[in-house]
Amino acid sequence: MNGWKRSGRGSKVRLVASLEAQEAAVLRGLVGEVRQMLAGRTDDNPADELAVLTGIRTGPSTRPDDRVLARLLPDFTTEDADLAAGLRSLHEPALIEAKDSAATVLLETLPESGGRIELTREQADAWLAALNDVRLALGTALDVSENMTDDDIPPDDPRAAHIGVYQWLTFVQDALVQTRMQVR
Amino acid sequence: MDAMAAPLPVPTRQVDPDLAEDSVADTPWQAIVWNDPVNLMSYVTYVLQKLFGYPEPKATALMLDVHHKGKAAVSSGDKEKIEADVAKLHAAGLWATMQRA
Repeated sequence: MNGWKRSGRGSKVRLVASLEAQEAAVLRGLVGEVRQMLAGRTDDNPADELAVLTGIRTGPSTRPDDRVLARLLPDFTTEDADLAAGLRSLHEPALIEAKDSAATVLLETLPESGGRIELTREQADAWLAALNDVRLALGTALDVSENMTDDDIPPDDPRAAHIGVYQWLTFVQDALVQTRMQVR
Repeated sequence: MDAMAAPLPVPTRQVDPDLAEDSVADTPWQAIVWNDPVNLMSYVTYVLQKLFGYPEPKATALMLDVHHKGKAAVSSGDKEKIEADVAKLHAAGLWATMQRA
């Protein structure tokens, strides 16, 4: 992966990059893991009969215990616990659905064994959201701090191996944002 | 926020952080974006432009407020609008909450 380039013009514009087989495998794996975590949250809160009848789904009213899930599915407000519970219940199913659909777009446009990736603007936006979710999950799990560099993590730190992946994802996302901003 | 790439130029025009220009007396709610160590400065700017249609200088100024002050009010309006705004910010992965202005 050497960054993203734009290709074509107008409605035919594409954001293009190339991933090594190993890079594609790592990215697919991480996106899949985040997707599974979110699916697990949904499975823990099956739709009740009323939701099935009315088609109005409500999610859980309590924040996830898991730190990573809690970051992916934040509270709507810190000032009013009842309001936060109500808004979570109302919005969480759609939020999980939005994240799942971004992840699906990424997985569908990323060749399994790597190679050339060509994205429309809309697909690029889905990639940005899915890459961001993976970085949020990894960053929360690894307790990253702002502008962290390799020097901040001693080699014997168990997080060291994962930090490289996190930094690579940061590069992929930042490069995609820069290119995306140039194709209005 | 993670600065990642080249530092951004400091905007020459300061945007009022409380969005006074957009506010009217009866708009009692604000969407607040909080600083976090993962979201990229470039991405936060892009999301603010895309979700709210803000011009790049305004989106950048709000992003820098988030980065330096720890938070910024990025939109204001009635409760329903701000609830929808926060939902969109969450879908983009930003750490956002709503509060009475």
